[in-house]
Amino acid sequence: MSSHNSALPRFRSSSRLLRSLQHGDRPWQGLIILVSVLVIVLMLAVGGMLWVRSAPTRSALGWSFLTPTLDANWDPVNSNFQAWPFIYGTLLTSLVAIVVAVPVAGGIAIFLAELCPAWLRTPLTWMVELLAAIPSVVYGLWGIFIFLPQVVTPFGNFLGDTLGQLPILNLLFAGPIPASGASRLAAALILTIMIIPTIAAVTRDVFLAIPNSQREAAKALGATEWETIWQVLVPYGLSGILGAVILGLGRALGETMAVTMVIGNSIEGSASLLRPGYTMASVIANEFAEAVSSLHTSALVEIGVILFIMTLLLNVLARFLVWQVARQAPQEGRA
Amino acid sequence: MSTFAELMLRHRTARMRTRKITNGAMLALTGLLTALALVPLFWIVGYVIVRGGRSINLAFFINMPTPLGVSGGGVRSAIEGTLVITLLAAVFAIPPGVLAAFYAARYPNRPLGVVLRFSTDVLAGVPSIVVGLFAYAVLVVPMGHYSGLAGGAALALLMLPTIIRTTEEMLKLVPGTLREASLGLGAPEWKTSLSVLFPAAANGIITGFLLALARAAGETAPLLMTALGNERFDLGQIVTSGIQGHQSAFAILGRIVNQPVDSLPLALWKYAQQPYPERVEQSWGVALVLMIFVLVINIATRLWAQNRARKLKG
Repeated sequence: MSSHNSALPRFRSSSRLLRSLQHGDRPWQGLIILVSVLVIVLMLAVGGMLWVRSAPTRSALGWSFLTPTLDANWDPVNSNFQAWPFIYGTLLTSLVAIVVAVPVAGGIAIFLAELCPAWLRTPLTWMVELLAAIPSVVYGLWGIFIFLPQVVTPFGNFLGDTLGQLPILNLLFAGPIPASGASRLAAALILTIMIIPTIAAVTRDVFLAIPNSQREAAKALGATEWETIWQVLVPYGLSGILGAVILGLGRALGETMAVTMVIGNSIEGSASLLRPGYTMASVIANEFAEAVSSLHTSALVEIGVILFIMTLLLNVLARFLVWQVARQAPQEGRA
Repeated sequence: MSTFAELMLRHRTARMRTRKITNGAMLALTGLLTALALVPLFWIVGYVIVRGGRSINLAFFINMPTPLGVSGGGVRSAIEGTLVITLLAAVFAIPPGVLAAFYAARYPNRPLGVVLRFSTDVLAGVPSIVVGLFAYAVLVVPMGHYSGLAGGAALALLMLPTIIRTTEEMLKLVPGTLREASLGLGAPEWKTSLSVLFPAAANGIITGFLLALARAAGETAPLLMTALGNERFDLGQIVTSGIQGHQSAFAILGRIVNQPVDSLPLALWKYAQQPYPERVEQSWGVALVLMIFVLVINIATRLWAQNRARKLKG
């Protein structure tokens, strides 16, 4: 098809090259596909690499690494490792943080999305977001020198004197809290402050995505503002709000520096909130650079694997829930 | 003696009153909770400014750290280190992030696009300390030593999902007509992407870069096992000795990134845990520098983005 019109040979030869490359679109497509695949490979590599690196611990210790026990062994010198105190510390501090943070963040979200006067909305939204922008170490520093002595120690003493005296609750609230305030309670409260912005921002977006017809219908039936919010909007956006909570939980599980600075870093046998503890992230932060043996390193990496799997599952769940709300209310948004 | 109707009426008004009281109380409560959540913000920012302001002076910025007891020490190594690591992270994260975002925005429903966005979400949720472990395994172990390069790569991996997501969102906001016009004029897809779509979305994309950078600059956990910290890191000295030794720019760059590097958050973390009051004072100074850096980027980019949005609307 090309042999009998050879009037413009030079033009044609370059144009054939360009055409076969679709004027550069082939390389471009190849490039963005390559990079996208690279991102996916990176994600897989994070999990895969940690899994491979933690193999020595798995083959040496097996499931005993994860056995729940309060008198756990963590003895790098004798190569004896049990991760339970760290898992317990992470779960306890994160759950307490979530329980305290959710009502506050919910209140903020309702205020920002439903009630706040327009002129106040932007500055308040910014301030809540700035709370999330403060670096974790700064929270830790403020925690050690200001928050712990001024708030956590008195509050911890109060909890120990009241709830700590009751029969079952004294498992969680047995005092005394150390004078410095360094305890699981301190970590939980700092985490609370740190995850409030995350939960509040996502919950606010959920409220803003709820169609106005829901509000109008409730009001037309005579509901007060609060009844509209509590009996109509909250149930409507429930799975999205749940997603926000899980997202916050994911952040709390992985938070490292601030927690490491205030939790006291100790694996004593007590299960109490008022005693010093340790979390998965903080044991890695504290010991990794000075690990004494390759088994020690690999044990710390295995803790990293557990952390990775936990946050992976939580994130998948959260995305799914938020996505469901978005699908429920496709068009008629406010804002 | 009241009739049944009167009783009902009284009952109703009483119920109405409790409903109104509940309403008022709960609405006030949400406002109170918002105020309560902002208390730590003002407390932290205010305290860091007051306390950190005391330990900040010119020497704090331009002097290298001194041994304990020797006054006049600064945190120059940490400031330089933070700049080096953050720049490295930006260089590593921005180009691939933007390219992947082009794919995600253009083909959101292709299998690769779906998997890409899922991977981005997963990466965004991975704790920073776990990212540090990963960078340690793939860079520090093969290289045989801690380095600024590994630190920068770890921060880049933390920035990557943010960059992909914000760039993707911004590209999606560009009207489809712009794209069609460009293709209609005969511009190929790549040229349309780079010289039409990207400039149209550039403001939002750059805002995303800066917010991701601010976040990365404050990160500590992944640096503990990658950049490690190095109080004697002296950028000026490396560069001048390199130039005097007639080394190529590439070799000098290699020397900068190939050794352990200090950073502001690392310095803060170390100083805060030492039992010496002068170190603690310094850590407040570092906190102030770090916070100003992060907050200024945050506030400035938001103001800028808001102004742009207002202009576009008006």
